[in-house]
Amino acid sequence: MRAIAKRFPGVVALDRVDFEIARGEIVALVGENGAGKSTLMKIVAGVHRPDSGEIRLDGAAVTIDGPGGATRFGIAVIYQELEMIDTLDVAGNIFLGREPRRAGPLRLLDRGRMEQLATELLSRIGAAIAPRTSVSRLSTAQQQLVAIARALSVDARILILDEPTASLGSEDAERLFGVLHELRARGTAIVYISHRLAEIEIIADRAVVLRDGRNAGTLMRSEIRRDRLVQLMVGRTLESEYASRRAAPAPAGEPRRPRLQIDRVRTARYPRVEASLTVYRGEVLGIAGLIGAGRSELAEAVCGIGPRLSGRVLLDDVPLTIATPRDAIRNGICLVPEDRRGRGVIGAMSVRENITLPNLAAFARLGLVNRRAEAAAAREIAANLTVKATSIDVAVDTLSGGNQQKVVLGRWLALGPRAILFDEPTQGVDVGAKAEIHRLIRRLADEGAAVVLISSDLEEIVAECDRVAVMHDGRVTGVLDRPHCTPQSIMQLAVA
Amino acid sequence: MTRKDAVIALLLTVLCAVMALASPQFLSVPNLQNVSRLVGTYGIFSIGVGFVIVTGGIDLSVGSMCALLGVLLSMMLVEWHWPATVALAAALIIGAGLGAAHGVLVTRLRLQPFIVTLCGLLLYRGAARYIARDSTKGFGTGEGFEWVRLLASGSLGGVPMPFVLLGIVAVAAWLLLHRSVFGRHLVAIGRNEEAARYAGIRTKAVVAWAYVISGALTAVSAIIIAFYTNSISPASHGNFYELYAIAAAVVGGCSLRGGEGSIAGIVMGAALLQVLRNLVNLLDIPGSLDFAVMGAVILLGAMADQIVAWRSRGAER
Repeated sequence: MRAIAKRFPGVVALDRVDFEIARGEIVALVGENGAGKSTLMKIVAGVHRPDSGEIRLDGAAVTIDGPGGATRFGIAVIYQELEMIDTLDVAGNIFLGREPRRAGPLRLLDRGRMEQLATELLSRIGAAIAPRTSVSRLSTAQQQLVAIARALSVDARILILDEPTASLGSEDAERLFGVLHELRARGTAIVYISHRLAEIEIIADRAVVLRDGRNAGTLMRSEIRRDRLVQLMVGRTLESEYASRRAAPAPAGEPRRPRLQIDRVRTARYPRVEASLTVYRGEVLGIAGLIGAGRSELAEAVCGIGPRLSGRVLLDDVPLTIATPRDAIRNGICLVPEDRRGRGVIGAMSVRENITLPNLAAFARLGLVNRRAEAAAAREIAANLTVKATSIDVAVDTLSGGNQQKVVLGRWLALGPRAILFDEPTQGVDVGAKAEIHRLIRRLADEGAAVVLISSDLEEIVAECDRVAVMHDGRVTGVLDRPHCTPQSIMQLAVA
Repeated sequence: MTRKDAVIALLLTVLCAVMALASPQFLSVPNLQNVSRLVGTYGIFSIGVGFVIVTGGIDLSVGSMCALLGVLLSMMLVEWHWPATVALAAALIIGAGLGAAHGVLVTRLRLQPFIVTLCGLLLYRGAARYIARDSTKGFGTGEGFEWVRLLASGSLGGVPMPFVLLGIVAVAAWLLLHRSVFGRHLVAIGRNEEAARYAGIRTKAVVAWAYVISGALTAVSAIIIAFYTNSISPASHGNFYELYAIAAAVVGGCSLRGGEGSIAGIVMGAALLQVLRNLVNLLDIPGSLDFAVMGAVILLGAMADQIVAWRSRGAER
């Protein structure tokens, strides 16, 4: 792949990226969240089309036209969220869409042949799975093998694995590595995307590092070491740049008062791990970590959305009973969720209706809404947050991502939250709105709230937070105070 | 008035104009009274089902519930000699209670609304037939509760009582759906239940209340229908009423996906269905075709609406 570029509205996802892989080679593709790994691989898989650049396969320039096109070129992708149909059996999933048929006018399914072929494929990768087993009864590791068998069934010459070990134990991961070595020996080219740097040290022949949609460097087998990878991932220049930023506003002489305490909370995603954090009044605490570190799950458990298996949440030293989002909101704990369109705004409803949603009763008498008072309040908040909309009665759907986020924020602002948690608040938000959201986050802290900022954007974390907690696999691996919090130190804790 | 309300109002006006031209009887006072009585009766439970549809659910139990409540009313008044007020109150409470049961099953046990209310449809029909021993029930001459009969067959200044009641119910429902906190929450849930929950709305309670409203309004209609027909044969009384309600709601602009719907639209939808039935009557179309005519007109309307929507979206591009 040569000079691949891709822009999405508002962002340059890939800026002239080169990538190549040879037969029988395992290349790791590494980078922070949002560095462009997924976009690059989606271009190879035919999901996205590059804006410019060329893709050559065995020397010939090709155009990959949709996922079907990728399959024809022998390119198979195994995504992190395995795409399996639970109700079908193993053989059915392997041959989904390409089922062997019987001769004859009805072209009925040839179950026997399908199962026989499935058995052959599975035994080639040493997987002892019966083709009739229902996929829903397989472990994640076994499903992974089924996905690989599916890739083999289309004679994949290039196999792309996205975070294949994200939900595997170490034993299963090692078995997977065995299979991958086997495939490499047979000449398959394998692209291995992972955040787990230790694995890359073990398995990769080469590591290509992306940063901010550009090539940051390539390490050969002998050069692959964790510290060098981290260095390339975060870039050398960042450290000096951020060290000069404003220091935490140290409240002189005044003892810091804990506002929000998360005490030994376990979430459904990591049921065996406890996480504890303390957020002080007027502080912005960042939570950094890689995707899947359990940050969102922790925030949702605190806010009564996701299950909290054990542990306590204290506000101003008082333990709270929080079973539903409503409980959290009534206690002054608010969440700006990550999935803005799915969980933040109600897109088809107006700016006004979205802003007043949790607090509508405040404008009502006998259950009936005083629309004038409601509109006045909504208008004031929208103006205060500089929401760019032609009127407060337009559907939130029509606004840009940044303005939608401001609407969600405005909803909570009116309630005067004592603690507010932001989950990736500036994802997909343009630069201008991003700065405004950062200003609002700081303002909330200055007004005395305890603010939690979950972000995968290291620059944002370093620039906007007073302290940074880093999570990995559900655990808080460290809390960094201002002078020590640099992209390098955060990344070291995040990859654990 | 929303675009959809305007479209259905236009459709209804055109249909009435065509009817008036095609049959001089259409605008006669007895015919208008007859049609408006039916609109009132059907409109009330259609509004109830509309609340459920706005949450993204469905209520299929309406017709059977009418039969069960009709049978019970007759027995309470005629056989057990309960005071009329007590009997009416009991019918309303039973209707609301069954609705509450649906709501709890849908929100707490997370059963699909279609399944819950389909089982209701079967259960209440069976219960009605069993209680009545499959024999037709009525109210005889109705001594002692004549005033109740007036709710069904009486009129106020020439306007049939059921239509007057529909007016009262519609105004209350309009306030509830379009002007109250509850209504806003209901629409929010229908649009995006997940986001509504994140905003701190008690989604389960709100959805359950929609089923209670549906059950209670069905009971109101059931009382009117029982006294109007004065003959409740438990095997057929109220058959297909749930489909009239769903059709009225959909014609009136509700989306079965939830989050969309207006009370004015539902009332006009219910009216449209009854005018169509009247059309079959007055134009001497064989009565056996009345469902087919309704089906065809609704289908044509839905197709036209979709095509117009595509066109206008295409024009924006």
